[in-house]
Amino acid sequence: MTTRRGFVAGASAAGVLLASRIAQAQKGKYDEGASDTEIKIGHTNPYSGPASSYGVIGRAIESYWKMVNDQGGINGRKIRFITLDDGYSPPKTVEVVRQLVEQEKVLCLFNTLGTPTNTAIHKYVNAKKIPHLFVATGASKWGNPKEFPWTMGFQPDYHTEAVIYAKHILANVKDAKVAVLMQNDDYGKDYFEGFREGLGKEVGRIVKHVTYEVTDPTVDSQVIQMKDSGANVFFNISIPKFAAQSMRKAAEIGWKPVQYLNNVSGQVSTTMKPAGFENVQGVITAAWLKDPTDKQWDNDSEMKTWREWMAKYNPAGNVQDVNYVYAYAVSFTMHETLKKCGNDLTRVNLMKQAASHQKLRVPLLLPAITLSTSSTDFYPVQAVRLQRFKGETWELFGDVLAAESS
Amino acid sequence: MTTASPADTAAHESVATPVSTSVTSGASDRWAWGLVAVGIIIPLLGYVVPDIVSDYRLFLMSTMMIYAIAVLGLNLLTGFNGQISLGHGAFYGVGAYTAAILMDKVGMPYWTLLPIVAVVCFVIGFLFGLPALRLEGIYLALATFALALAVPQMLKYRWLEDLTGGVQGIVLLKPEPPFGLPLSEDQWLYYYCLIVMVILYWAAANLLRGRSGRAMMAIRDHSMAASTMGIDVARYKTITFGISAAYTGVAGALSASAIAFVAPDSFGFFLSISLLIGLVVGGVASLAGSVIGGIFTVLVQNSSQSLSNFVKSDLGLPFDLSPYSVYGILLIVLMYVMPTGIAGGVAIAWRRLRR
Repeated sequence: MTTRRGFVAGASAAGVLLASRIAQAQKGKYDEGASDTEIKIGHTNPYSGPASSYGVIGRAIESYWKMVNDQGGINGRKIRFITLDDGYSPPKTVEVVRQLVEQEKVLCLFNTLGTPTNTAIHKYVNAKKIPHLFVATGASKWGNPKEFPWTMGFQPDYHTEAVIYAKHILANVKDAKVAVLMQNDDYGKDYFEGFREGLGKEVGRIVKHVTYEVTDPTVDSQVIQMKDSGANVFFNISIPKFAAQSMRKAAEIGWKPVQYLNNVSGQVSTTMKPAGFENVQGVITAAWLKDPTDKQWDNDSEMKTWREWMAKYNPAGNVQDVNYVYAYAVSFTMHETLKKCGNDLTRVNLMKQAASHQKLRVPLLLPAITLSTSSTDFYPVQAVRLQRFKGETWELFGDVLAAESS
Repeated sequence: MTTASPADTAAHESVATPVSTSVTSGASDRWAWGLVAVGIIIPLLGYVVPDIVSDYRLFLMSTMMIYAIAVLGLNLLTGFNGQISLGHGAFYGVGAYTAAILMDKVGMPYWTLLPIVAVVCFVIGFLFGLPALRLEGIYLALATFALALAVPQMLKYRWLEDLTGGVQGIVLLKPEPPFGLPLSEDQWLYYYCLIVMVILYWAAANLLRGRSGRAMMAIRDHSMAASTMGIDVARYKTITFGISAAYTGVAGALSASAIAFVAPDSFGFFLSISLLIGLVVGGVASLAGSVIGGIFTVLVQNSSQSLSNFVKSDLGLPFDLSPYSVYGILLIVLMYVMPTGIAGGVAIAWRRLRR
């Protein structure tokens, strides 16, 4: 049963225990997983399997903590970041999370990735009272402090984002007839429900609703159906591959609706460029992170710091990959939260600190977007800004938008 | 019917080893009951050495038993009846979903479910076995492969969504210890899996020891000869398919209780492959081999990750071995050293030692 690493970890843990008993004089209050010298953070990520492209997030977070440790840690404590592979399979997630909580005895879980995988451990971590912070999924169910006081999301949820698009369409497009392309899974449905809610009693404006499976080769026939419906607005709920395909196809068959693209596919390099810049002029999307391929941030100081970090700690990493930006921003948030805990590294205090951020400026979020939480608001980043594609890049317009819908 | 399919020849070879005959020997019975006794005692050790027998480890052992049951189901079909299935993950998924839906929508208690799940999966397996009769060896493997790919998609299907919860899956409650027994959830889960596993193994051993078992193996060894001996090949093959599916389905239902969550992503194609790997590594046509296969499936997948981390961070070697490359290397080594699986390899080593 015991793997060698498990044994080594156990032995060293026993050593640490002994040592700490001798030392006695503790600086602060601790729960399992934290001590005078160390804070243990658990993480799961699909390093293998169908979603393994997200694996870079785990590696990037790992290198963020390496940087923190190189700079002396947090209040003198080093971060021990334990990241395990769950292959995006819920039963495996349950298994490795139990390993993290019961064997490794981590203080908290941080940025565990995936909607089905987090659903599988949702009840467990709340029953065990383990902080389950800043999960890596945009589903709207992670901000429910009444029922799940130990789980907190991070990014603007899909639902909120879709409400914003719906409101924008109602305000700006005359006599809108909307066609929706949707990926047939929980991510797509979360957006679609938000969109319907945002339209409110104007929900009849959706004249066509087509779906695709993530395993489909193309969405050509769906685009043709949408054109035939006579719609003048196209709401595109798809991942980069299909977003690029559908926008290119729409241009090819001469369909020129007002296009709204979900934030999931907002990257220039993976969506807009393959779709062809001439085909995507005027497309509108919401954003909250700075896109590293977007030239307008070339002289931005936060982006420069990020590039230095990339060069030093992720020399092999792709500097066009927005996942590294995401990992940096979310790790920074965790870093700030732990700093605020001071010497009270108990789980209760960690949750309390996570739920009391006030207009925290997180690097690499778009200008004027800040992060706020409270004991009733477990949606840290809730604001987005709309941007329109022009030339070869996005152009922000309008104010910071937040829909307090969910 | 052709008799020269690879499945038949593979089965021939495995018969040559004494593994399959060990099912019927009395000495192995005593061993088996000894192991069951050890299995009963293990959780109680938790009161003495709580650090070693932790709830997490008991949970892992429950998972091993669940896989052992699933591998046993596959073994009945592939090892003892010579029909190759690449799609047993599908029956596992159907079993898990049947249990989950009955618990979630009908509100039935978890312990009443296993017979129902067994019947549902038997019927599905039996029906799938009917067309499968026309398919031999690799053609059958391909048909079952399609099944394994189709089931997760079907679980997401729009019309079934009210039942299956679509991609969101169904969140369940963990089984609680009955009669106010002073056990933790994981201890009870462990005993529950142990009881089910012992009953199913006992049933399988009895089945194989009798006339039907001999008929199943005769069909595997030479189906034409078996039919000239008066064995109803078609009936035995379909029924074996049904029983095999029922076993695997029961394992799926247990896993639904253990994980307390089902989602289509849990029953991907890789699950079917894991079961097949467990079968081959444990020992084809060996009951003990199925248990070993179950243990292997859980243990090696876990340790390959620690091993890959160990190579990278503790030994400081410059390779970035992914866990799956470690897993692959382990499999190749095992197949080279113990071509008849661990059960077969141990049996051969034992005989050499005694000589």
